[in-house]
Amino acid sequence: MKNTLPETGAFYARDRAWQPPALTPLYKTSVTRSPQRAMLSLDGTKTEITGPVFGHNILGELDNDLIRNYARPGEMPIGQRILVHGRVLDERGKGVGGALVEFWQANAGGRYRHKKEMYLAAVDPNFGGVGRTITDEDGYYWFKTIKPGPYPWMNWVNDWRPAHIHFSVFGHGFAQRLITQMYFEGDPLIWKCPIVKTIPDEAAIRQLIAPLDMNATIPMDMRAYKFDIVLRGRRSTFFENRKEGN
Amino acid sequence: MVQSLGYLKETASQTAGPYVHIGCTPNFCGIEGVFPTDLGSGPLYNDKTKGERIKVRGFVYDGTGTALKDAMVEIWQADADGFYNSPSETRGKADPNFFGWGRQPGDMATGEFCFDTIKPGRVPFRDSDPRPMAPHILFWIVARGINIGLQTRMYFSDEETANAEDPILSRIEHQVRVPTLIGKRQGDTYRFDIHLQGPDETIFFDI
Repeated sequence: MKNTLPETGAFYARDRAWQPPALTPLYKTSVTRSPQRAMLSLDGTKTEITGPVFGHNILGELDNDLIRNYARPGEMPIGQRILVHGRVLDERGKGVGGALVEFWQANAGGRYRHKKEMYLAAVDPNFGGVGRTITDEDGYYWFKTIKPGPYPWMNWVNDWRPAHIHFSVFGHGFAQRLITQMYFEGDPLIWKCPIVKTIPDEAAIRQLIAPLDMNATIPMDMRAYKFDIVLRGRRSTFFENRKEGN
Repeated sequence: MVQSLGYLKETASQTAGPYVHIGCTPNFCGIEGVFPTDLGSGPLYNDKTKGERIKVRGFVYDGTGTALKDAMVEIWQADADGFYNSPSETRGKADPNFFGWGRQPGDMATGEFCFDTIKPGRVPFRDSDPRPMAPHILFWIVARGINIGLQTRMYFSDEETANAEDPILSRIEHQVRVPTLIGKRQGDTYRFDIHLQGPDETIFFDI
C-alpha cells in the first residue's frame, strides 16, 4: 500500500441502468429470486464507506497458480495454459491497491469440481479451479490457469455458457463489493448467453470481454489475456466534512 | 462538444452462479488442500474480543417460499464500541481482536446460514450527520439467479429505542416493511430470514 492517508469519502452512486436489473426472465432462475419492490436508495453511511481489508498473510505461495495449486506432484492439468492479468481500478482511473481478488472456473472441458455438478465431461484430477490474490499498490494482479471450456446448463433447452472465469473483488469499502464474470475475446457464445444478456448495455458487456494480450504472452509457455476491473469511484471528503482539511 | 469527464464505468455485475462455493468456500464444497480454511468461516470473535456473543441464523427464501440452498451470505459490522476495523474508519481504533467480516454458505441440506459473532455498538450516520444509527449488521447475498449482490441490514429486536431514532429506519415511507429488517431475539440467537420476493419481501438497499 502507498504511504498516503486512506480515503474516507462516500462512493459514487451506482449506475443502475448500466448494471443488470434483478428481473431478467430469459435467465430463468432470476424470476423467483428478484425483488419486486424498489430498492431503498441513500448516500453511503459509515457502514458502507468502510470495509474489510485483507493482509498478505492469508495468501499461500500457489494461491494465484491454478496450474499447480491442486495438481499431484509432478503432474499438470490438461488444457490451454494462460496468464490472466490486469488492474483493479476505480471509476476515477486510480489503481485500487490491496484489493482481494478471488476467482473460480470450470476445467478445460467445462466441468466444475463441485458436489452438485452433473455434466458428463470428465473431472481433471489435477485441477481444482480456485485461486486468489491481492493487488499491488498500483492495483495490478495476475494468475496462471487453464482456459475453461464452455458448459451446458439447464435454462432453455440448448443453452451453453461461454468460456468464463468468475471474479469476486473487495475494494476499500463494502460499497465496492463486486462479483462478475470474465469472458474471452472472439467467443461466439457470448452473444447468445442469457446471463451475459442480463446486462442491458452492449458497452457494459464488452467491458467483460478480455482481449488476447500477445505482449504479456510467455513464448513457448502460455498465452495471456488482459482483464481490468473497475470498482465504484470515491468522492473527496471535501464534500463530506471540511473539518478533515481536504 | 464539451470536454470528456474521463470517468470509467463500473464493471457490470454478473451472477455468482451455483458454484460460488468453489471460489469462496472451497473447503465447504470438498476442494481441500488449496486454502487451509475458508475465508470468513468460523466465529467472528476470539477469546479476547470485547462484546456480547450472539448467533444470527436464518434462511434466504425465493418468491415461492422455497429456501435457497446455494446462496452465499456475507456480513460486515462494527465492534462492540461501534468502530469498524477498516482503514476508512476515521474516529479511532477498532478492537484488534475483531475483524468484523464473515462469510457463510447455507447448509447444503436445509439452506440455513449461521454466524457466530458479537452484538455491534452504535455507529454515527455520517461525518456530516453524526446522529447514532441503531446497532445493525450489513448483509450481502449472492446466489444463482441474483444478477447483482443484494444488500440489506439486520437490526435487533431488543433495541427498540435505538431503532426508533435510527436515521434510516425512521425515514422509510412504508413503515409496515420495517419488521423485515429486524432480527428477532430468542435467547442468544437472533433469527433473521431474508425474503427475496413476495408479501414479506425484505427491504434491499442501493447505498
